[in-house]
Amino acid sequence: MKLDSKIPSGAIHEKWSNRKFELKLVNPANKRKYKVLVVGSGLAGASAAASLAELGYQVECFCFQDSPRRAHSIAAQGGINAAKNYRNDGDSVYRLFYDTVKGGDFRAREANVYRLAELSVNIIDQAVAQGVPFAREYGGLLDNRSFGGAQVSRTFYARGQTGQQLLLGAYAALSRQIGQRAVKMFPRTEMLDVVVVDGHAKGIVVRDLQTGEIRTHAADAVVLCTGGYGNVFYLSTNAKNCNVTATWRAHRRGAGFANPCYTQIHPTCIPVSGDHQSKLTLMSESLRNDGRVWVPLKKGDKRKAADIPDNERDYYLERKYPSFGNLAPRDIASRAAMTVCDEGRGIGDTGLGVYLDFRDSIQRLGKDAIAARYGNLFHMYAKITAEDPYSQPMRIFPAVHYTMGGLWVDYDLQSTIPGLFVCGEANFSDHGANRLGASALMQGLADGYFVIPYTIGGYLAGQKPGSVDGKRPEFAQAAANVAEMTKRLLGIKGKRTVDDFHRTLGKIMWSKCGMARSEKGLREAIAAIQALRGEFWQDVRVLGDGMTINQSLEKAGRVADFLEFGELMCRDALERRESCGGHFRDEWQDDGEARRDDQNFCHAAVWEHKGAPKDAVRHQEQLHFENVHLAVRSYK
Amino acid sequence: MTGNTTMKLILHVWRQQKRSTAADFKQDGRMVRYELDGVSPDMSFLEMLDVLNERLIRKGEEPIVFDHDCREGICGSCSLMIDGEPHGPQSGTTTCQLHMRSFRDGAEIWIEPWRAKAFPVVKDLMVDRSAFDRVVQAGAFISVNTGVSQDANAIPVPKADADRAFDAATCIGCGACVAACKNASAMLFVGAKVSHFLHLPQGRVERETRARNLVAAMDKEGFGNCTNQNECEAACPKEIPVRVIAEMNREFLRAKAVEEPPSKKRVGGDG
Ligand SMILES: Cc1cc2nc3c(=O)[nH]c(=O)nc-3n(C[C@H](O)[C@H](O)[C@H](O)COP(=O)(O)OP(=O)(O)OC[C@H]3O[C@@H](n4cnc5c(N)ncnc54)[C@H](O)[C@@H]3O)c2cc1C
Ligand code: SF4
Ligand code: FES
Repeated sequence: MKLDSKIPSGAIHEKWSNRKFELKLVNPANKRKYKVLVVGSGLAGASAAASLAELGYQVECFCFQDSPRRAHSIAAQGGINAAKNYRNDGDSVYRLFYDTVKGGDFRAREANVYRLAELSVNIIDQAVAQGVPFAREYGGLLDNRSFGGAQVSRTFYARGQTGQQLLLGAYAALSRQIGQRAVKMFPRTEMLDVVVVDGHAKGIVVRDLQTGEIRTHAADAVVLCTGGYGNVFYLSTNAKNCNVTATWRAHRRGAGFANPCYTQIHPTCIPVSGDHQSKLTLMSESLRNDGRVWVPLKKGDKRKAADIPDNERDYYLERKYPSFGNLAPRDIASRAAMTVCDEGRGIGDTGLGVYLDFRDSIQRLGKDAIAARYGNLFHMYAKITAEDPYSQPMRIFPAVHYTMGGLWVDYDLQSTIPGLFVCGEANFSDHGANRLGASALMQGLADGYFVIPYTIGGYLAGQKPGSVDGKRPEFAQAAANVAEMTKRLLGIKGKRTVDDFHRTLGKIMWSKCGMARSEKGLREAIAAIQALRGEFWQDVRVLGDGMTINQSLEKAGRVADFLEFGELMCRDALERRESCGGHFRDEWQDDGEARRDDQNFCHAAVWEHKGAPKDAVRHQEQLHFENVHLAVRSYK
Repeated sequence: MTGNTTMKLILHVWRQQKRSTAADFKQDGRMVRYELDGVSPDMSFLEMLDVLNERLIRKGEEPIVFDHDCREGICGSCSLMIDGEPHGPQSGTTTCQLHMRSFRDGAEIWIEPWRAKAFPVVKDLMVDRSAFDRVVQAGAFISVNTGVSQDANAIPVPKADADRAFDAATCIGCGACVAACKNASAMLFVGAKVSHFLHLPQGRVERETRARNLVAAMDKEGFGNCTNQNECEAACPKEIPVRVIAEMNREFLRAKAVEEPPSKKRVGGDG
């Protein structure tokens, strides 16, 4: 597997301009002869599909929800970063770049991160022009808030539903193109394979979820915008149907998978309430602008929060990280929460929780001001827990939230399969080992609106339009494989439900490949996953047929992939013998702080499929830090 | 938190194998009775259905199909008529955010899909809401291509306008308003779109074409008329106010008064 990152020449701030100039252009009159398949309609997919259609390409777009508007991006709450410096507080493109590289614990590619910071400002302009109703101040100008890992206020937001408002903007742009027949939309359609012809991605296999029909679509290039794989843990803040299938099956066809072990555990989620729990709910990081995190000083203190006086409370983030305080980055805040719970100072029935307390800010600013900022989050919290966060502190606990790993892409966002591009959370590009809050929305939209429209042209310009048609045998072969797998899943007729397998896998992943990882635990996890996978293919029960909506069948295919992917994740975690960002190895720490090993691990690990997860081969893309110098990350 | 007590429920659930065909859609399926015990008051309504589904599968019966995804009240996937009310008894709440503590132990609960001509049932409790997408495609957007916009702060928007636009923009496209309406009217949904753009300077440029095109698309999809019952507002989980319907009516009349543009070609990009 050859990993050519194609980082352009020149100083960091010239690279993107240089690349745009180097890329070959497709003549405007020829654009309509090329067809591009965009899989996914979240921020990355909707923005890519709309922008490519505006340029004149023929676009087909796919999603498994009933409408493109329902992609998981809709659930993002807190905000989107941009280096606008509207606050005059010292922000700049360079500072956003710096914060992101440092926040990612020096495991991202500098050139990509710089471009992301550069494009961030265009996103806000674009969104406002589309009618995205960002929060405004009384003077009518845009408002900002702060997010973790930054000392400037650069986060734009739309109450607690920034994701929905940005996605509706992208969905509106996409809808306009669908209305003009420039994009053909296929909702309730699941991509189940990539078709590779002569080494290039030239199509996909899909299953129509309503009729069960298995079809192929041929094109000149394919763009995957299929989101992250956090649901490998079963419980996460992701929407229930998020999965790894599209990227995993592309991986099986030859796309390198980078850093699968990098997962983000978000410090502020509502704790688990029982075995029936089907997903976890995030309480946005923005709450840490005004909420203070604490636990009792004494072990096993079961008094009500209000009865614990200030001098018996431990505001541990403020204590340990005085310069960032409650706005320490996510990986650090999550681990700190785990540490106090391990010490027996966790709160609630289970002892797995910490307080996020608004008492002081309500006293300072008044209840109305807090309600205006976070009303819908407080409302959501009250609904789920039946507790009132205005009068008692929220109980929160870390939960799986985001996946920094993903398909490896070069600077042009092209995977190791030529013609297969990957945008948004599905790729591994910009966040290194830890993502800063409000940066995923920024990345998805930068990729879709402003990167792929240029870089895909560079690829297409070298391809004859329509050079591969769907009659090539590779298409029928790939479709037959998908049909065969469907038949096999329906034919097992075992005893255990799909969810049952998924829950078991989730428990293995959370306990051995979650917040802290060790050589021993990871080896146990790998063995357990292999055994579980064997059992799955013997004993899973999928009822019904493949000819109408069959949600168990859909889930079964996804869980089958998670059962392979989970093993690769554990192997990646095992081989990364250091702690960095969201990847914390018990063996590499200094009193609970991560100990990175730049000598041996300053690289992205890229896995090549060789038939089974245990045989996957690990490659490396060496990372070079020429602008932000490698240093121990400190938020003290 | 509620204690360890569990509840027992009797559920009547609409089961339908195939997509609705008949105009009289109530003929295509039937209500089936299930008894379910061990329900925790902390479960969400959908988690309760998950539990039922797992039990059905273990018994060899096909699980009940229903749309869901985010399970936190924002994606608009979940639906369900619960005891005749869209999204159930609690105001301002989607089905996925409804918790079993809102029901009493021993309750009998009737669960049906959205009922509307424009929303055919796909299977069991799942309906086809693509009519909403087609209405949006007809004009619920600002015609701006990627990359041509000016600085985001170039046009200040008074906070009150921005807030009004925002209140309308919170619609999650769930369709409860249509399901609640005896005429199966989509006026609250479409009004929310109109209102969102109406209160923003960027959106006002295309106000006439938008109003005309959206109303035409809504009629074409077979949604009914509004007779001011206000059931939609009561059912809407995002509490979209009925004022958006008045705004839409005004916009439509205004658009009719303004002469049609010489070319009827829809204002759009260069596709
Ligand atoms: C609760 C929550 C809150 C968040 N808040 C923030 C925030 O405040 N700020 C921030 O920056 N980030 C936030 N994030 C992260 C951010 O929302 C996501 O990383 C981002 O939206 C992902 O966008 P995407 O376009 O890459 O993928 P998604 O939005 O996940 O879209 C994936 C798309 O791919 C489709 N798809 C997937 N597989 C297939 C397949 N096999 N076939 C066909 N279609 C397929 C899906 O249908 C969907 O359309 C949050 C995440 C969560 C979970
Ligand atoms: S207006 Fe309310 S009820 Fe109607 S679709 Fe929107 S959110 Fe749902
Ligand atoms: S499942 Fe998303 S709103 Fe209910």
